[in-house]
Formats: sequence, C-alpha cells, structure tokens
Amino acid sequence: MSIATTQTSAAGSEQHGARAHSDGGWGAATVPVQTRSERFSSTRHEDFAPVLGVEIDWKLTPVSRVKTLIDDELDGSAYDLADRGSSSGAAVEWIGMDDPRVGSAGTPEDRAAANAWSSTQKALSVTVSGDERIAVGLDRSGFGSAPRAAHTVITAKPNSQGHVVLRSSGPGVLAENVEIVVEDGARLTVVSLQEWDDYALHLASHFARVGRDASLTHIVVSLGGAIVRVNPSVHLSGEGANGDLYGLYFADAGQHLEQRVYLHHEAAHTVGRVNYKGALQGDGARTVWVGDVLIGRDATGTDSYEQNRNLVLSEGTRADSIPNLEIETGDILGAGHASATGRFDDEQLFYLQARGISEAEARRLVVIGFLNEIVQKVGDPELESYLAGRIVDELGAAS
Amino acid sequence: MSVLEVKDLHVSVETEQGTKQILKGVDLTVKQGEIHAIMGPNGSGKSTLAYSIAGHPKYHVESGSILLDGAEVLEMSVDERARAGIFLAMQYPVEIPGVRMTDFLRTAKTAIDGEAPAIRGWVKEVGEAMGALRMDKSFGERNVNEGFSGGEKKRHEILQLELLKPKFAVLDETDSGLDVDALKIVSEGVNRAHAATDLGVLLITHYTRILRYIKPDFVHVFVDGKVAEEGGPELAERLENEGYDRFLQPSGVA
Repeated sequence: MSIATTQTSAAGSEQHGARAHSDGGWGAATVPVQTRSERFSSTRHEDFAPVLGVEIDWKLTPVSRVKTLIDDELDGSAYDLADRGSSSGAAVEWIGMDDPRVGSAGTPEDRAAANAWSSTQKALSVTVSGDERIAVGLDRSGFGSAPRAAHTVITAKPNSQGHVVLRSSGPGVLAENVEIVVEDGARLTVVSLQEWDDYALHLASHFARVGRDASLTHIVVSLGGAIVRVNPSVHLSGEGANGDLYGLYFADAGQHLEQRVYLHHEAAHTVGRVNYKGALQGDGARTVWVGDVLIGRDATGTDSYEQNRNLVLSEGTRADSIPNLEIETGDILGAGHASATGRFDDEQLFYLQARGISEAEARRLVVIGFLNEIVQKVGDPELESYLAGRIVDELGAAS
Repeated sequence: MSVLEVKDLHVSVETEQGTKQILKGVDLTVKQGEIHAIMGPNGSGKSTLAYSIAGHPKYHVESGSILLDGAEVLEMSVDERARAGIFLAMQYPVEIPGVRMTDFLRTAKTAIDGEAPAIRGWVKEVGEAMGALRMDKSFGERNVNEGFSGGEKKRHEILQLELLKPKFAVLDETDSGLDVDALKIVSEGVNRAHAATDLGVLLITHYTRILRYIKPDFVHVFVDGKVAEEGGPELAERLENEGYDRFLQPSGVA
C-alpha cells in the first residue's frame, strides 16, 4: 500500500471521524519510522520539514524556546579554546568542512543538527594516536550569547588510548555536532560536560562509530543551562566493539535536560551498556531520557543492556523515561532494559535522621550515593572528585 | 544517672477514616541500666509509643510530654533526639539504595559524637561488632538494608545500637520474624550493649520468647493505648501461660 497524500493536503481531505494523531499525522512526510536505523538523515537544513514540536523526536522539547537554533543562521566560525586543549600530545587543529574527516561518523537526523552542520565554517579536529594514553581537555567558555554552530571530530587512531573532556561553561546559544571515530583496537573515553550558565541553550548531536575490538566510553554530564539536549548516536560497527554509554544529570527549578540515546549494534559480538541517572529538584525541573537500542540483523552474539533511573527530590518536577529495544536477530547473548523513577522518600529520611544524621546530610548521602555510580565511570580522579563536589553544590543551590 | 520519662502521653494518627487516637495517656519512667518490657496485643499502641519517642512525623502528639533528663524531647527534631541519646531499633528498617553501609555507619557515628571517629580504631570496632553478630565482612560494601533478609536487617539494627552507644534504646519488635539462632544472636547483642554502656532498654514485644534471653526488670502490659498492668518479670511468666485474654474481656457484653 502506498500513501499518496502529502502533509499539506491532509488537513483538507479528512474523513469523517478520522483524524491524524497530534503526535504524527498520516501524511507521507510524517509516517512514523518503524526501525530506528531508517530514520531520515541529511546534512542540509532545508531537507528537514519545519519543526512544529509534535514530532516524535521533538515533542518533549520546549521547541519554541530553541527555534533560533533550529532555523536561524548561526555563527559557525572558529571559537576560543582554553589552553588545556593543545598541551597533551593530541593533534588539535581547525579544519574545513570539506575535510574527509567531517562526516566520517554520522549524518544529522534532525533539523537543528543539520542547521549546525550547514552553518559551520571551521570544525575542530582532535586526533589521538600512538601507544601512550593521551588526555585532552577542551574547555569552551567563550561562546557568548549570540547563536552559534560548532562541529568537533574526535578520532582515536588504531590501538590508541584517549580520554577527551569536552567542557562547556558560561553563556551560550549553541547547536553542534560532535563526531567520534574509534578506529580498530582503540580505547576512547569522551566526557561531554555541560556546565552552562542559567540562560544557555544547547542542542547537541553526537555521532560515534566504533571499530573492530575497539571500545568507547561516552559520558554525558549535564548540570547547567536552561535547555540542554544532547543526543548521542553510537554505532558499534566492528566485530567485538564495545560501547559504554553513561549519563548523569541534575535538573534544578525551570531547567530542561534532555538526552536521546541511540545505540546500534551493527556487528557481531558487540557489547553495549547504557546507564543514565538523573536527579530532579525544584519547581519545573524537567528531564527527558529516550534510549533506543537496535540490535541489527548481523549483530549475532550481542550483549546489550540499557537503563535509566531518576531520583525525584521535590514536588513540581517531571521526568520522562522511554526505553526502546529493537532486535532483528534471534541469536544474541542477552538484551534488556529498565527504567525507574522514584522519590527520595520520607521513610528513608526518617531512618537516617533517627541515626543522628541531619536532613541536609541525609539528602546528600542519598543523592551522592545514587549518582556516584556514574561519576565513578569518568576515569579521571580529579574530574570525579570535582563532579562529586558539583553535585553537592547543585543540591544546596536548589534547596 | 539518665532518666527517660513519658508523662500522660496522648498520640493520634491520621487515617482515611479520620483522626484516630492511639495512645490515651501513657506514663512510664525508664532509668539508665533498666530493662523494661512493653507487652501487649496487636493494635494496643506499642509501636506508636516507639515511633512517638523517636519523632516519626506520622504520629501527632496531642498532649503530654517525653523528658530526657528533664529536657523536652518533643521539642527536638528526629536527629536531635538521636544525638541526645535515644535510639530506635526499627521493626521494618527501610532500604537506602546507593548508600554503602560503611559510609552510613561512619556518618551516623560522626553525627552522634560530633566528631569523626579515629579511622583505625573505628574500622576495628566495626569489624568486631559485626563479627559478634555473625555478620559477614562483605556487609560493609553493601547498600544500607538493600537485599538484606529479615534477620540481617535486625542484626544490622543491633549493630548500630552497639556502635552508636545511646543512653536509651527502644527495640520495636526486634524479635519478630527471627528464628531461634538469630534471636539468640540479637539478644546477646542487646545484652552486650546493656552491660557495656549501662543502656536503658524499652523492649517492645508481642511474645514472651525474647524474654528468655533478655531479662526484664519491669514488665508493662499495654491495652488500648494505656498501661493496663505493671509488674516484675513474674508478670511475663503469667502472660506466657495465660495470654492477653483477660485484658481483652469486652465490658458490658451480654
């Protein structure tokens, strides 16, 4: 059966009693994609339909407040990087968007990412190679409040070991793409740390391709910003590839923190772990987690598990948590998913207080305990203790 | 010598059917070093007394007072009561995911003492106390009460009692759900704490079984939110033989 109507004509030809759902109509342009890997992708902004805020991948986002990043022209020139970037032995350089490294890990799947792509003039390339473990800190604090686009390509050469921290702070209105290429046998950790100021808007798409027997640990830490949406798409493309996708977020009053994770097991014997944990505190604190895992036809012997846990610390918050698991082969080791959103409950508080522990200390114990599982994955003791401290700050700031 | 006094205590709870009076004028005096057994049928208000002393927000004190060495306990927050020397061993200890036992115990000890314990002495003390309660060392790495069996939870409550060294301990049906071996282990822990720190104990129980291992100085029988009868250990023996029936004779029934 083919559907011949277009989106624009659908409104005029409604049958009596039959009406398109508000979360995606029947028009050809909006037929829901049934398999995650078939989602439309393009680097060109105009190839995507205008975003109305009802689409499956936008309906939980406050679209009207990030319209600028989705549709307006963005400044895509090179920006200031703090010193840490160049001092580590990694090759850090600005490259043109016609460089073959650009586009090697993925293609935008939404209009904002395509807007960022077509607006970018200079991409930042970070390459890790050799036998020694190389740590790179990219400190981005000078974006300012004008709308910007950015593009980063992080490449780990075969058998290299790298640890890259991409930290954003200060003011920012940013749409960006981050490409991550982990070549055969390489081990790479990428930490994307969002510590924006209270007004920042940030839409990010991360694309990763993990090669044969290579391993990627990808960690999204979102603490600051008004609206922060980081969507990592990770393809385990080489046989025996490993992907650990972690996330930690703490939403305060009025803050919207969103992450849409896509893990695609393409090759055989790949192992994937997705674990995102978040805390919400304060009126209007809002988080969104969507986890799509696709085990492809060729991904025999795959072992995959994804989970999301949210800890609600006060009234007036909302956490959306949507795990999706698609399996196209019967021959796998295991696949599972879990999602839970729970309150810090009065009985826990009473128990701890009955042992002499103050209410503030009791909350601190429980929240740190809850989020520590992710902090411990960061793989940099200094950054780990810094993050533990920042979580305590977040708890104090909002209460 | 410390004294815990409960004076004419009236306590209610909110239920779906409205406010319900549970305690209807309780008087009780426990001196340091004394062991008092509070016995009574289900629903007589024993646990309500325990939670009211500890300060659980669900229980509303309508009138009366609880004095610890003359200071009004009812004016203290839950954690202040604990720091003042009152300990409640709970019947159903709650699980606290993500909080390791070792961190929890050290944090509680620091809060109670007002300063962090010296690391080496503390680790040794915890190890010995766990050993005495037949708790495996691996408990330290587990999350508070998470996945503990009923018996493990009760041992953990007594472990805290021995480590935190309160002046008064309220044991809320610590014996419920324990087999004989676990009951002995837990009772020995209470007796150790009693001997070591001259602990005052309010032992709340439905059954006389635990009184074979923990010898009470006084026995109080709770019926319908009040102390109906008081006496020495011989009262417990009588209850063992007769049960609570004679307290439950409804008056004025034809």
